[in-house]
Amino acid sequence: MSKDILILALLDGVSYAGLLFLVALGLTFIFGVVRILNVAHGSLYACGGYAAATLGLWLGGGSLGVSLAALIGSSIVVGIVLGTLLMLLLRRFQDRDPILQLLVTFGAFMIFEDLQRMIWGTQPYFVADVVNQMGTSEVLGVIYMNYQLLFVPGAALGVYALLQWFLNRTLMGRQIVAVTHDREVATAMGINAKRIAYLTFVVGAMLGALGGALASPTTSLVPGIGADMIVLSFAVVATAGLGQISGALITALLIGLSRSFCVYLYPELEVVMPYVIMVLVLLVRPQGLFTVAQARRI
Amino acid sequence: MSALLKTEGLTLAFGGLVVANGIDFELHEGERLAVIGQNGAGKTTFINICTGLLRPSAGRVEFDGVDITGKSPRHIVRRGMARSFQLPQLFLDHSVRQCLELAGMARQSRMPWWRSLASSADAREVDRVLELVNLRARQHEPASNLPEGQRKLLDVAMSLMLEPRLLIMDEPTSGVSSEEKHGVMEIVMGALEEKKVTAIFVEHDVDIVRRYATRVAAWISGGIAADGSPDTVLADANVRREVLGE
Amino acid sequence: MRLSMIVATVAGVALLITGLSMPWLKIPLILSFCYGMAALGIGVLLRAGQISFGHAMYACISGYVVAYLSSHFRGLDGALLIILGTLASIAVGMLVGAFVVRYREIFFGMLNLAISMVLFTVLGKFYAYTGGTDGLRVQRPTLFGFELGRTEFESALLVLAVILSLAVIWGVQRYFRSSAGEALAAIKTNETRLEYLGVSAKLLLWQGYVLSAGLCGLAGSLFGLSQGLVTPEMGYWLRSGEFVFIAILGGSGHAVGAFVGALLYEFLKMYAAALVSGAWQMILGVTLIVIIYFLPKGLVGLLSERRKALRGDA
Repeated sequence: MSKDILILALLDGVSYAGLLFLVALGLTFIFGVVRILNVAHGSLYACGGYAAATLGLWLGGGSLGVSLAALIGSSIVVGIVLGTLLMLLLRRFQDRDPILQLLVTFGAFMIFEDLQRMIWGTQPYFVADVVNQMGTSEVLGVIYMNYQLLFVPGAALGVYALLQWFLNRTLMGRQIVAVTHDREVATAMGINAKRIAYLTFVVGAMLGALGGALASPTTSLVPGIGADMIVLSFAVVATAGLGQISGALITALLIGLSRSFCVYLYPELEVVMPYVIMVLVLLVRPQGLFTVAQARRI
Repeated sequence: MSALLKTEGLTLAFGGLVVANGIDFELHEGERLAVIGQNGAGKTTFINICTGLLRPSAGRVEFDGVDITGKSPRHIVRRGMARSFQLPQLFLDHSVRQCLELAGMARQSRMPWWRSLASSADAREVDRVLELVNLRARQHEPASNLPEGQRKLLDVAMSLMLEPRLLIMDEPTSGVSSEEKHGVMEIVMGALEEKKVTAIFVEHDVDIVRRYATRVAAWISGGIAADGSPDTVLADANVRREVLGE
Repeated sequence: MRLSMIVATVAGVALLITGLSMPWLKIPLILSFCYGMAALGIGVLLRAGQISFGHAMYACISGYVVAYLSSHFRGLDGALLIILGTLASIAVGMLVGAFVVRYREIFFGMLNLAISMVLFTVLGKFYAYTGGTDGLRVQRPTLFGFELGRTEFESALLVLAVILSLAVIWGVQRYFRSSAGEALAAIKTNETRLEYLGVSAKLLLWQGYVLSAGLCGLAGSLFGLSQGLVTPEMGYWLRSGEFVFIAILGGSGHAVGAFVGALLYEFLKMYAAALVSGAWQMILGVTLIVIIYFLPKGLVGLLSERRKALRGDA
């Protein structure tokens, strides 16, 4: 494998991992706090992407700052809107079996898929202005787009750091951690678990939408990307262990890098790799790589 | 007569905490052994090791002359040692009769796909056991309908369907109202007598122990502090202080 | 049981007559019966309290086997193709099942999902063998020796679907009431107790798993023959989700429930598409949510009896 290919594969992998992590983060964060596997998270990714693309088209060809504002702004809006809707829906099923809650999110996913198709149609969207606006860099003789090289991984790390700071240093964040550990005890101590749940959903939703928004300049938006992304981010989450935030960063890297190396070495295995990893990990450690508690296993 | 159940140097330690301290123990056929001791003294641990739920760090367990140390519960049950639980472990979705039928089919080691459970099971045997534990009247009700005392009886009955040589009962009267306690024990002991089953039962109620045990073993701090006839053990000064709290 | 079989047979014959006299209903009906079989497969696992999110892979495997054989071994009869396809799914089910039955609840679901996604992605990529994302055509074979034109073939498939569905309902219902079937249900409520009776819950679950794989495989073979085309989509997680959806919709009191659910599902899809084109998914999604909301007892009973037992009664 030539040096160039190696570098390309590494950079590709890290960039892709950044995107994966952002989407997976929302999913695992919501699960960690409210114990719900949100199938509709895929819709957040898709709608986040579509919204960012649409906003990008309206603001058309402005400065870099405008493009970035469009990406972030659209994520926030999509996150709040869809996150609130999901929260309102799931509140009705609060005390039900987790599988039922999962099926409810599956129903929501189906609803959002059609809504998305109604709003944005079936023609592919591809709005890549921001990528061009960021220019290129040369790394050891290889030309790379700054967007993929620096911005996406940087954004992922930045969000990770921000979330960790929020969870460890702010009151609200620590309340979330308390609820994550033991909802009943947290409520008994006066923490408003309902409000925490809502906040978690909105934050998680925004993260999913942000993933979609950041992905939109590099990929063609078509119906069905939500479904593909939810199962892929689920692979990241399950491999790390449901609810493991830092773990998800590592498995996103693992999956991102293995995928990118496959692209250059064994292209047919590119899409297969994440799931092979998931199967292998789950067979050996069903609770995920980073969960300490024992899985329910006979 | 050789021992039915025998342990040699049975030891289990979790880090620095020793829950079973080199226990040497023998049980003979026909005995009714009551196991007493404070919570945390190691009685349940001992039972869990004997029934295969826990592996000892050292020592061995022999049942009917066969080494069963570290074998799975399933394996041990097949050898003839059955167990009933402090919290009755029933098939709450099934009827009382079906619980026994399933136990009966388990005894036969057959789970056919074709004939219905009701027609595959040994109906006469099920009827007999239902009679023994006085549950005939409620046999078609879901197990979840039963009050605590009758749940205990059903739990024991399911174990009896296995036709075990030894039945270990973990606190058979706990959770049962005081009026029912003796009634339950009377029925259980009668059934065991009828079926010629040797028994070990963990008990906190001294009256029950005095009345139904042929032998008592008192556990203190992971080991057997006293072992003998009920009168002897219950009069022992150590036992009275550490176990009975007198 | 007698009564429900009679009702089911009458309904089956009625549907058959309907389908034969209104030809545009043939394919939707065949699809419904396929979905019913697959959902019944899910139902078998639900009985043990487990949900698989990957069972579409078994429908996919048999579909591809049927397609491949139909093109490369043109003389093979359709009936034989169905048998071979189903056997292939059973074989894979036996292998995968051996691993998967060590897990419970969400881990069981996740592992099945992961394995099905491996299959899905492999099918999509290895174009030379599998036709990639375009899929494989199914060459119309003879059926029980008869060379049939398109419409006759579809009619024959419908008859076959009805007969197979009734047979499956009868067989699986018998299984549910048998010792193995009742013991399988005991896994849901108290697996520990089964172990303490000397019964291997893993073996029981494995048997149920193989049966469920076979049911999904049967569905896939029929599906492939009726569609004339198999694609990787047949094994996608959304399809597995549909199977679960239908199983929940139909309820698990009796094996016929899966088929009731499937008919409801397919016809809801048809009418939703007719009424508001492009919104059938939304309507189905709403239906799912509404059903879950209003049928708490039935659905809870389906799933976590164990949780109830641990919380209140045990």
